[in-house]
Amino acid sequence: MRTADLVQAIAAYDGKPLTIMEVCGTHTAAISECGIPSLLPSTIRLISGPGCPVCVTVSAYIDRLIQLATSPNTCVVSFGDVLRVKGSSGDLRSTKGARVEMVYTPFRALELAESDPYTTFVFAAVGFETTAPLYALLVEQIIARGIDNLKLLTALKTMPAVIRTLCQEDNTGGNACTADFFSTIDGFIAPGHVATVTGSALFGELAQEVGKPFAVAGFTAPSLLAAILALAGSAGRAEVYNFYPSAVTAEGNLEALAKVDRYFEPCNAAWRGLGTIPHSGLRLREAFAHLDAGSDALTADHIPAGCHCGQVIAGKCAPANCPMFGKACTPESPIGACMVSMEGACYHHYINDRR
Amino acid sequence: MCVAMPGRVLSVMDGIARVDFDGNLIEARADLVQVKEGDRVLVHAGLIIQKLSATEAEEMDAIFAELRSAADLREIMGESDENR
Repeated sequence: MRTADLVQAIAAYDGKPLTIMEVCGTHTAAISECGIPSLLPSTIRLISGPGCPVCVTVSAYIDRLIQLATSPNTCVVSFGDVLRVKGSSGDLRSTKGARVEMVYTPFRALELAESDPYTTFVFAAVGFETTAPLYALLVEQIIARGIDNLKLLTALKTMPAVIRTLCQEDNTGGNACTADFFSTIDGFIAPGHVATVTGSALFGELAQEVGKPFAVAGFTAPSLLAAILALAGSAGRAEVYNFYPSAVTAEGNLEALAKVDRYFEPCNAAWRGLGTIPHSGLRLREAFAHLDAGSDALTADHIPAGCHCGQVIAGKCAPANCPMFGKACTPESPIGACMVSMEGACYHHYINDRR
Repeated sequence: MCVAMPGRVLSVMDGIARVDFDGNLIEARADLVQVKEGDRVLVHAGLIIQKLSATEAEEMDAIFAELRSAADLREIMGESDENR
């Protein structure tokens, strides 16, 4: 189908009102940048879920990074989006004396560690299933090269358990921000690059379990529109549709999954706004625990007074319903993590005027 | 953070691929996917996470053909191929 046909077919939807959640921060960005909400009828509403790894990371993790970055002979190595997220008192970028290296790829940390043996480097290993294979390879390389001054501080998350939690909270209403915003999630746009690694079958099993349809989407307007149309036309059937078949297979990248399984094991993980969810994260296996920089027990979460990030992440509050949105909290002067991150729901509602 | 970009492999040496993103050349590790010159690949933060196939449009049409057989979507999309 051509994009114009997809748009026309979605616009003609006159079924029951639908709430569709995207659970990938890169989808949140693509949906806003493509202007997709403006193409939907009033009966189809898209909401952003807990798919931005920076947004769902609790303040205790950021505090630990700051503590490490300000310790003698220690340097934190990180992707750029972690640097501006606030812990309980400040962020990495603006903390005086914090030693931080921003990188495009975790493998750069290997070169940094080898070139400066008197400094301990700590990689801020944040991410979902997509990024976990990189950290597995990083650990493999640390061991293979005999590097003893590079560790990981992990805040790795996995999708299935948090999606189950969202569906369970559906039944209770949870801590909805406003009664008129919250409603049951009717279907999910499944994360395309997570599914590239995990395979689409994982989301098929999840669909059966939670009794809702999933559509794996790529990051172009046609792929996202096709996913939305399929969810609208699925009549709630608990199936998975794959609209990113060029990258996503049913079984995923088996080598990547095996590599992750070799170095990491499932663990409970703390999510901003959702608390600690059993088996929703990954930590280094005991045999490799000497490479961990103190990731355990980082569960405390300080959310600034008045900030609704916790509810925004859970899909229970539209960004614009937060009293600070666009006033005290803007991309230039962000307060909540969802406004800091370039994949945050608040950031994209603000800069693209997403409804 | 799960951003990944499609590119084309120019060469592979010692597990490192040179990948062309519309003229921007970068190096990416090829530990987890067997690739060769000319392959289209998906790169996430310096790692090739998948080799891309070229079946998107055909498979999308196949899903909608299946969905179209269900009454609810037939109403939205029309009975036949007229909307293609």
